[in-house]
Amino acid sequence: MSIDLSQFIATFLEESYEGIDIMETSLLNLDSEDDETINVIFRAAHSIKGGAGTFGFDEVANFTHVVETLLEEVRSGKQNITADLVNLFLESVDCIKGLLGAAQDGPQADQQQIEDVKQRLEAFIVASEPGDENVEQNAESPSGNKKYCWKINFSANPEILENGHEPALMFAALADIGPLKVVADTSSLPPLAEYDPQLLYLSWRIDCTFDCTESQIKEVFEWVEDECTLEMNQVEFEQRASRTWQINFVPNQELLSTGNEPALMFSALAQLGDLAVKAHTEKLLSLDDQQPDLLNISWQLTLVSDCEKAEIADIFEWVDDLCELQISELASTAEQQQALGTDTQNSDQDATESTKDSSDKAKASKSKAVESSSIRVDTDKIDSLINRVGELVITQAMLGQVGDDLADVAGVDTERLQKGLEQLERNTRDLQEDVMRVRMLPVSFVFNRFPRLVHDVSGKLSKKVQLIITGEQTEIDKTVMEKIGDPMVHLVRNSLDHGLEEPAERIAAGKPELGTVKLNAYHQGGFVVIDIIDDGRGLNTEKIRAKALEKGLITAEQQLSEDEINGLIFKPGFSTADVVSDLSGRGVGLDVVIRNIESLGGQVTVKSEAGKGSAFSIKLPLTLAILEGQLVRVHEDTYVIPLVSIVETIVVPKEAKNPIAGEQKLLHFRDEYISHLDLKKLFHLPGAESAASTDTTLVAIVENAGKKVGLVVDELYGQQQVVIKSLEVNFKRVEGLSGATILGDGSVALILDVAGLIQRGLNFEVASAVKSRNHLKNERTQGYL
Amino acid sequence: MATILVVDDSVSLRNMVTFTLKNEGFDVVEAGDGQEALSKAKGAKFDLVLTDVNMPRMDGITFCAALRKEAAFKFTPILILTTENSPEMKEKGKTAGATGWLVKPFNPEKLLSTIKRVVR
Repeated sequence: MSIDLSQFIATFLEESYEGIDIMETSLLNLDSEDDETINVIFRAAHSIKGGAGTFGFDEVANFTHVVETLLEEVRSGKQNITADLVNLFLESVDCIKGLLGAAQDGPQADQQQIEDVKQRLEAFIVASEPGDENVEQNAESPSGNKKYCWKINFSANPEILENGHEPALMFAALADIGPLKVVADTSSLPPLAEYDPQLLYLSWRIDCTFDCTESQIKEVFEWVEDECTLEMNQVEFEQRASRTWQINFVPNQELLSTGNEPALMFSALAQLGDLAVKAHTEKLLSLDDQQPDLLNISWQLTLVSDCEKAEIADIFEWVDDLCELQISELASTAEQQQALGTDTQNSDQDATESTKDSSDKAKASKSKAVESSSIRVDTDKIDSLINRVGELVITQAMLGQVGDDLADVAGVDTERLQKGLEQLERNTRDLQEDVMRVRMLPVSFVFNRFPRLVHDVSGKLSKKVQLIITGEQTEIDKTVMEKIGDPMVHLVRNSLDHGLEEPAERIAAGKPELGTVKLNAYHQGGFVVIDIIDDGRGLNTEKIRAKALEKGLITAEQQLSEDEINGLIFKPGFSTADVVSDLSGRGVGLDVVIRNIESLGGQVTVKSEAGKGSAFSIKLPLTLAILEGQLVRVHEDTYVIPLVSIVETIVVPKEAKNPIAGEQKLLHFRDEYISHLDLKKLFHLPGAESAASTDTTLVAIVENAGKKVGLVVDELYGQQQVVIKSLEVNFKRVEGLSGATILGDGSVALILDVAGLIQRGLNFEVASAVKSRNHLKNERTQGYL
Repeated sequence: MATILVVDDSVSLRNMVTFTLKNEGFDVVEAGDGQEALSKAKGAKFDLVLTDVNMPRMDGITFCAALRKEAAFKFTPILILTTENSPEMKEKGKTAGATGWLVKPFNPEKLLSTIKRVVR
């Protein structure tokens, strides 16, 4: 029997990478008094080693063994934890990662580095241990032509049964090596009245008629060696007989009805020499079905005797038409063993086959006993599930609408239908939430890489930094999570490189030498906010302004608030680092960060105070698949405005629109002047002018990145959760729109890209302002843009 | 056929052991740590228990000792799956009431030939 181990390898690798993450995180949190953390690290290494050995990744196993040995010394207090040791362990973790990657068809691991780390690990290890190669082959295999066999006396403590030991099974295991005779010594059996069934009263004498090494026998009794007396004597095989016969005897079921009795035939055989009998009982029926007249047993017999084949055949003479009989001579003891061995395997196979039916049935009838608290599922499957649920939501909305329409028809009683539809809506929503939750993972999956990063980077920069992580249990969509890793790395590196000062500078500024970087995550509305806060020198607004001027991002006369200046660092092509350092400022600016995050529907903001530090805040949608939306009508079409960006929806009387700066018409809203964006005009829909001329206007005030704009719409519909369908995938990217959705009536509604609209609105504003100045006479500029 | 409780925190190893045993026709119940195994064992009947040593929540040695105290498991074979082939580990196992041990790494063949000593 052989089992294909490769089917377990994917799980093993996944598990090992998790183990590596755990090791890394725990190593960085290690402090000498903390036993549990070192235990966790040890366990992770231990599991990797165990799995690697089992699944054939010997290099990984060998390397991890050394790591584990040293960890064990730390765990048992033989080693003190030093920064050097932690670093060495961290390097080892990298090596394991490299080896695993190589095992997974990745690039070849750096052998030199691995060898180097391994040597350094070994140098640390106090007691050079003998290694756990199995110390066998002590017992010398007897050589020469002489044949040997074993005589064993086995007696055990009466209490031996209590730990689950069963002598009969040990003998059976021994019998797997070769034929043997077991004789029980019953002399110590007490009278029945004093008999305790939990105690063992027997001892045994075992005659092995085969030759093997001492360790083979010892292995069988290995688990009880301290609780038993085991006398083993290798004696020369008293071999009057030089021939070994193997007899396979498979009688017909009806053999017994002829008056023949196998047991008696075997006794007759035993007269010829030493006989070992092995019965194959696999075909035995269960007791209920047993028919006493029928024989369902076959036998394998080994006879050591000088007799001739004919003498054996004679014994079976009466039944030779009632059985299958094979008599063969084995040339040597070795061959005999071999033959027995292979035969055992064959018969095992037979056994498996014959019991297959019954065990299949048993499996089917038994309720599945295997449980597990989590299962691994392909994300593709989950995405498909989410899609399907999205379609279901649309179908449900459609049915709801049909229900509403029917309710309006006179004479139709729709009460039951309505109830059903309500239930459907509730269930659909619950289902959708549950399915969305499947995709949610704690943000710690991303956060976990930072302790190592901070450790390494601060080491390179010779800055002293502590990293404080909070809110790592906050959950976020897996897709979103996968995409924020790199932007976050960028921001954290930035904080370490540019934000935090050198220790000397910090002390001079009256700050603690140890700088702090905080990562914090929390939920806010339908968003997850991730803060990256450092207590460094803060952004230098003067420097930023100067740089922006130099790069032509702003003009000298532009008046900018502090926040606006800080916002400049996100502009393409902006980098303040005077020297491009090894760590950040590699020509990829923060604009890439912000672009990545905006592509997820998120925002980045920065707050900074000179000398006190800076705080970057990433705001991300919980999920990319659904959206709480406000449905609005513009001209004849329905649009969706993401609810999160709506500040307020107001009706504006005509006179509230104050003309300022010539042609610009602004809305006075809660002490702020905000500009209008007429969607009709933006999307080139008819009717823009007439809307402007009505007495009142409906305006949805939306906000993004601290900027507000009023969107002029014709009518407000309901609020609804919509399933986002990508425009890029189904059509092409359209400016001002972030996607589309399908409404209950089957029509398509476009989802407004608020950030884009605000940006566009402001540009439009500037452009039209410029335009109106230049072409005042020629252009009719009556809109409020 | 015998029912075997397999306790290991490593999913891949547990998968391998379970697959091997089921392939041989055994019924298998899995647990990810000692505590889970103990709660699964209580009130149930197993013909053999295979347990890893290093596990979170409750290690294999503690689990073994606790299980052995249960009347129903007084005579049940319990094998420890360990990477350490040291006398100390064996002593630790025995003190906790373990029947025997199986040294990792082992292959399916070794596993099957070994458990034959305690369950058939």
